[in-house]
Amino acid sequence: MPNSTLKRRVKFWTGNETIAEAALVAGCRFFAGYPITPSSEIAHVLSQRLPMVGGKFLQMEDEIAAMGAIIGASLTGDKVMTATSGPGFSLKQENIGFAAMIEAPCVVVNVMRGGPSTGLPTALGQSDIMQARWGTHGDRPVIALVPAYLDEVYTETIRAFNLAEKYRTPVFILIDEVIGHLSERVDLPFDDEIEIINRTRPSVPPEDFKPFDTTWGDVPPMADYFSGYRFHMTGLNHDSGGFPTTDPALCQSENERLMRKVDANLYDIIRFEQTSIDDVEILVIAFGSSARAAAVAIADARSKGIKAGMFRPLTLWPFPEKEVRELAGRVKGIIVPEANLGQLFYEIDRLVAGKCPIKRINKVGGVPIYPGEILAQIEVF
Amino acid sequence: MPLKYEKYLRVNKVPNMWCPGCGIGIILKAMLRSIETLEWDKNEIAMISGIGCTSRTPGYVDANTLHTTHGRALTFATGIKMARPDKHVVVISGDGDSSAIGGNHLIHSCRRNIDMTLIIVNNNIYGMTGGQFSPTTPIGSRAATAPWGSIDPPFDLGMLCKAAGATYVARGHVGAAAPLERLIRGGMKHKGFSVIEVMSNCHTQFGRRNRLSDPVQLIDHIAAKTINVREAAKLSPEELKEKIIVGLLHEEQREEYCDAYARVIAKASASIIN
Repeated sequence: MPNSTLKRRVKFWTGNETIAEAALVAGCRFFAGYPITPSSEIAHVLSQRLPMVGGKFLQMEDEIAAMGAIIGASLTGDKVMTATSGPGFSLKQENIGFAAMIEAPCVVVNVMRGGPSTGLPTALGQSDIMQARWGTHGDRPVIALVPAYLDEVYTETIRAFNLAEKYRTPVFILIDEVIGHLSERVDLPFDDEIEIINRTRPSVPPEDFKPFDTTWGDVPPMADYFSGYRFHMTGLNHDSGGFPTTDPALCQSENERLMRKVDANLYDIIRFEQTSIDDVEILVIAFGSSARAAAVAIADARSKGIKAGMFRPLTLWPFPEKEVRELAGRVKGIIVPEANLGQLFYEIDRLVAGKCPIKRINKVGGVPIYPGEILAQIEVF
Repeated sequence: MPLKYEKYLRVNKVPNMWCPGCGIGIILKAMLRSIETLEWDKNEIAMISGIGCTSRTPGYVDANTLHTTHGRALTFATGIKMARPDKHVVVISGDGDSSAIGGNHLIHSCRRNIDMTLIIVNNNIYGMTGGQFSPTTPIGSRAATAPWGSIDPPFDLGMLCKAAGATYVARGHVGAAAPLERLIRGGMKHKGFSVIEVMSNCHTQFGRRNRLSDPVQLIDHIAAKTINVREAAKLSPEELKEKIIVGLLHEEQREEYCDAYARVIAKASASIIN
């Protein structure tokens, strides 16, 4: 029967529930976490649902342990996830770097709250986006997705698993507390609309296998532990066999390869949405709950005859640089509303490079940015 | 017939990076003999470590091996074991790695009683980083960061692990390889979280600063302080003050964590109404 004659299944979920349910559909069978507001509901749902499908849920002794546990499970071939919020995200950074280094697929959710430090545990923030980009020491590739509507939270969660598996790297889902806790209608995709990607397993016999063999490209095939492919992994700089090396040329080329996994595949990874962009004069660039407010503000501005439009990244890292550079050349001005003191602004400012003025709207009091606040800035630009 | 260790080693990775005379070699060989006796298949073994001299061990062992972040080996091992409960998981760690930066993971792994074997190579010092005092450095001993003698009270790792809930706790030393092998084998056979603390020699970092810079001299020094757990039972706490109690310190049976989770899966699966 064609899809058009079928009714979509509809759910009324919170953002956190949506992530948990989508993770199961994506094939997640292992979750380890630690209690932290405002992300805990993801653990609540998965502690109930994972064992129902033979999966594993672990509540670990701390955030560091939860990150370690999912990497361990990933090495056995499981699709894995952990979820946390700001302070927990800080603690996980050490092992996030390890996952990037040994190229272990994993998904890390950060339901962002106000900061710094313990900050505002029950209120929104969008101030972890630079931590997602730079939080762990050393250079490593970063993929971070920032869905704003729950339909999108669902599909982007599935995409996060696919990207993790495809590129053998940690993938972040960054939502803010408002998105995590709001409830709205979720129209579930049909099964045949969902693409599921699994990591490439080796095609060579065990004796020829190397865990970082780039014969087939920058993303090496990955064997599962206990599958007969015995191999070593280390957080040290390593050779293609996975063993430590300090050879300068090899350290250089391997570090560059890690970055290239993302840099050479930007348009497989980057997604964004453009609203009212054809004749746009005043451009808003926003993500998450700030983008939801901006969408209302832009509709209001249009009804008043102001040519406002929005560029909304769904992939925050890698950032859609080319599009923003182009837009900057043809708008009168750009407004960047965000629930932090100007983190996305730094990125936009760098890309705009003086081509047009940029206004910032920065709120860190734990209350969302309201449409009226954005509209007021649009009107006076 | 004596074991040909090559069967379990990545021979192309030797010579190893340890100092000549290091006790880790004695411990590694005792582990491999235990594996041989238990007839474990190399494909079924995961060996995980953190950071430090001891933590370089898995790189030399032909199994599914993982060299992780400092102190965190048990967390990765827990993920691996939970994901594949039918496999053998061995963690090897130093005193600093396991009980300082990894102390939280240590006590919670004991508490869960997840079925894996933890071997702690206790040489009373941070060797790799240059001889700083560790949580097991005896009071008065000199270290790179205790030039006037350490004032930090040391952990008794056996007592710590027993109190935290480990269901097999043993202590051996590198001066007695055959009893050490029996203790490790016992831990590997045991269903539940087993800890084997091995008193070992770091003559390079600990010995050099404490007039015990010759490996044989330091191993003899350790051996002279040991007393078997049965003999120790006859002595007063005062008489045991400077002694290291070795042998099987504790063993009990308690529900293993993966088994307990299997009950959760059974309960959750049964709740699904089609």
